[in-house]
Amino acid sequence: MAATATNPKGSTPIFRRKWQLPFPLNIYQSSVGRKWVMALTGIGLLGFVIVHMIGNFHIYEGPVQLHEYAETLRGLGGGLFPRTFLLWVLRIGLAGMFVLHIHSAYSLKERSRKASDKADFVGGEKKYGSKRDYVAANYASRTMRWTGPIVLLYLLFHLADLTWGWWLGDDYVLGDPYHNVVASLSSLPVAIIYVVANVALAIHIFHGTWSLFQSLGINNPKYNDLRRSLAKGIAGIILVGNLSFPVLVTAGLVDDDNRKCPVGDVGCLEHEAEKH
Amino acid sequence: MSKELNLTLQVWRQDGPEDSGHFETYQAESISEDMSFLELLDIINEDLVENGQVPIEFDHDCREGICGSCSLMINGQAHGHAKATTTCQLHMRKFDDGDTIVVEPFRARAFPVVRDLVVDRSSFDRIIEAGGYISVNTGAASDANLTPVPKEAADTSFDAAACIGCGACVAACPNSAAQLFTSAKLAHLNLIPQGQAQRFQRTENMVETMESFFGSCTNHGECHEACPKEISLDFIAFMNRDYVKAKVKNRKLAGQK
Ligand code: HEM
Ligand code: SF4
Ligand code: FES
Repeated sequence: MAATATNPKGSTPIFRRKWQLPFPLNIYQSSVGRKWVMALTGIGLLGFVIVHMIGNFHIYEGPVQLHEYAETLRGLGGGLFPRTFLLWVLRIGLAGMFVLHIHSAYSLKERSRKASDKADFVGGEKKYGSKRDYVAANYASRTMRWTGPIVLLYLLFHLADLTWGWWLGDDYVLGDPYHNVVASLSSLPVAIIYVVANVALAIHIFHGTWSLFQSLGINNPKYNDLRRSLAKGIAGIILVGNLSFPVLVTAGLVDDDNRKCPVGDVGCLEHEAEKH
Repeated sequence: MSKELNLTLQVWRQDGPEDSGHFETYQAESISEDMSFLELLDIINEDLVENGQVPIEFDHDCREGICGSCSLMINGQAHGHAKATTTCQLHMRKFDDGDTIVVEPFRARAFPVVRDLVVDRSSFDRIIEAGGYISVNTGAASDANLTPVPKEAADTSFDAAACIGCGACVAACPNSAAQLFTSAKLAHLNLIPQGQAQRFQRTENMVETMESFFGSCTNHGECHEACPKEISLDFIAFMNRDYVKAKVKNRKLAGQK
């Protein structure tokens, strides 16, 4: 151990645990445990993002199939549970994961900020006088605290856009998601928002998917290299998949022409779906 | 004939913990490329003393890369840009004639500046103290090889034990996290039979002490790049796993206090 010259004042703790909460809540008290929760909720969210994207591919089959897919979600667990029950369980679980993920991210960032505070000669964040020379940290890892909130804002925008139909107004047709997506993404500014947000999401996932293995302690030299490849693969698939929607609508390859059921005729969609 | 360098140094000067500090510029002429970085500071200090000025304070002890005393952010990198090198082992041949070199103390809230380039790293001592003890039999020295240790475990434990506690990992970390140091100290004992008795207790205590002083890891990997002993990030994953395990395992039996 280094023989260290001592400052009579010593350094003061930034954070003191006054008591331990009962198990398992005490795991969340610690930074390492909180990071673990962030990784677990990150996996849950990742699962959601992937399933959501695959589900949305039904748009390429046409309005009837996308309608049918939406109905399938509502009827999930059919027979066992009342209609939309399981969907609500999933939604609440998802919201809970978002809350935990964001709370842990924010509070850990605060702890790091405190640990770097007053360590600086200019005030504010930790800085060195010379240009900071990052060696390992990459663009994705340094922007997690930006790409995360961008995804959150986008999420709210996305819900207001396609779940609640705030912006489409009269053009929003409940029960015809195909039309809603086309109508929304036909506006160039909206398409640009989708592109930017999904690039941010992919960058977030690129670091996140690698990072979660470290946080959970899943580490073995035998497969450590695979973790980076997996992160690249997942981020790449999500990027291409999610960008395909705004790009193809903007390119005019997905549109409301030649529909079997006219826009707004939900009864016709239901009837066509029956035939499957 | 070895090369000689003329350099401009911008060095952090701070009169004491309360002083706000500033950069001071010094010229160093005809510096031999065989000198170490600390010897360069010695030369500058000799000049300062001769001119009746206060020399630059910096930590150092062994000057052979094993004690962990020397520190310094050199051009924005802990222990300078050379890989796997402490400042005392950083030779001037790694620099070019005419270079401007910025020299600062390691920075983190848990490393308050004592004077100039000297910082107080005693929060590392708090983490080590929290580790407590290991149970070994005292008395006559036990036979060598009495406790079988798998070769791989011994090697990896030894890799972790190479940590000299310099604090470069914290200095390089944008979060001021001390995960690399703490995980090295933990892995050193947790990987081998001798460390098993207190393994989970030690992990909980050291991690929680670490968290009371340092920031939270976001897996950038800057620490490993800065580390003069190239301590592996794998130890951080190992510590994370052991910590959560410790929390789950250490539940007392019902009724136990
Ligand atoms: C569906 C969307 C999201 C997915 C799939 C996702 C996924 C992940 C994953 C896998 C990690 C790595 C966890 C770890 O290192 O152990 C992570 C980290 C992080 N997430 Fe998210 N996340 C999402 C949304 C968000 C949102 C909405 C925010 C913030 C408002 C956010 C903020 C962060 C931050 C700041 C980190 C890094 C924090 C750190 O390393 O300490 N994420 N995310
Ligand atoms: S892990 Fe490396 S950089 Fe950190 S204290 Fe130990 S030797 Fe220094
Ligand atoms: S002075 Fe001992 S490691 Fe540099």
